[in-house]
Amino acid sequence: MKTCLVVDDSSVVRKIARRILEDMNFQITEAEDGEQALASCKEVMPDAVLLDWNMPVMDGYEFLGNLRRLPGGDVPKVVFCTTENGMDHISRALHAGANEYIMKPFDKDIVAAKFQEVGLVALNEQSTV
Amino acid sequence: MTPPDYEYLRKLLKDHSGLDLSADKQYLIESRLLPLSRKCGVSGISELVQKMKGGSSSIIAQVVEAMTTNETFFFRDKVPFEHFRDTIMPDVLKARAGRKSIRIWCAAGSTGQEPYSLAMSLKEMGAALAGWRVEIIATDLSTEVLEKSKSGVYSQFEVQRGLPIQLLVKYFKQNGELWQINPELRAMVQHRQLNLLHDFSQLGTFDVIFCRNVLIYFDQDTKINIFGRLAKAMEGDGFLVLGAAETVVGLTDVFKPFPDKRGLYRPSGARAASAQGATSMPKFAAMAGR
Repeated sequence: MKTCLVVDDSSVVRKIARRILEDMNFQITEAEDGEQALASCKEVMPDAVLLDWNMPVMDGYEFLGNLRRLPGGDVPKVVFCTTENGMDHISRALHAGANEYIMKPFDKDIVAAKFQEVGLVALNEQSTV
Repeated sequence: MTPPDYEYLRKLLKDHSGLDLSADKQYLIESRLLPLSRKCGVSGISELVQKMKGGSSSIIAQVVEAMTTNETFFFRDKVPFEHFRDTIMPDVLKARAGRKSIRIWCAAGSTGQEPYSLAMSLKEMGAALAGWRVEIIATDLSTEVLEKSKSGVYSQFEVQRGLPIQLLVKYFKQNGELWQINPELRAMVQHRQLNLLHDFSQLGTFDVIFCRNVLIYFDQDTKINIFGRLAKAMEGDGFLVLGAAETVVGLTDVFKPFPDKRGLYRPSGARAASAQGATSMPKFAAMAGR
């Protein structure tokens, strides 16, 4: 089973994301900020990180930089999931090594589409009517 | 919705658009027509049907549009676009190296995600297409969706369905909560209103035709007829791309499946059959006011 670290300071968002990703057969760990997330990654590298931007202690952008410098830190697919929806933020995130970017608000379809995009979920045929 | 209302709508939709609803599609009608009722200021589907029976051609047109408009997203189903990049384009680049021009038709272009996905795929090929003339024609039954397609403006929700973030950054401009595809890509796509039941020979001849998730609405005779006319609108060495739930197998021999590439077809050269098919229009096409 693939693993995903959900990083968000809102417990509500973590809960929603957990439910969506568990339905997609991910095993979930949670972190409330970048520092907790980094500690978690030092212990076990997840396959994926769903990452908020604005958080106390260490924000998502700083976490991403730190993660990519860790041994094996280039492996996890990092998908930002944030209300920072401006082109400037998206470009910065991609430069820092993010693989995908979700603009909040999000739903199950968007998460599934983005995880397909980074190759962590097999493509399902989307049917019409 | 009462059974007589449902039957009335089924028959009307079949006569006007070829849309062939099975007996259990009440939910589909409700999900598409209740919003339309509100927009038209009537209380519900019964009243909408009353207006249609009263001969309101504008409401009939809107009902047909609402029922035949597809949900769509960028790079929908992925596989057809891999076929386009890895199989179709390498072949076309070789076969058309002399005249250096490509014509592509999106026969159910809808709100533009498919033609613009093709435009982005072509842009991503970079120098391979330098000096080539590329035409993408997007047609749809619905003028409303064509207007949206022309504008190239999409919601935050729409640009997150199927569009890789790198392509969003590269080819779109942000305007508040909306995203608009760049003028250069918009200029690659021409738009025309078109009912596939009607003659489309005026569009000319194409190297590639994407005709996805629209034939599923038609009955068998109509499908056969459209395949025949699609074959005539295509170069002998062209490519036809159908939706995941669609096939020519068992319907027509004017196209044959491309080996090991699901959804991809090429003309078989069986042109006589197609010519015959084109002259025998199904009777409701005549009723649709051709």
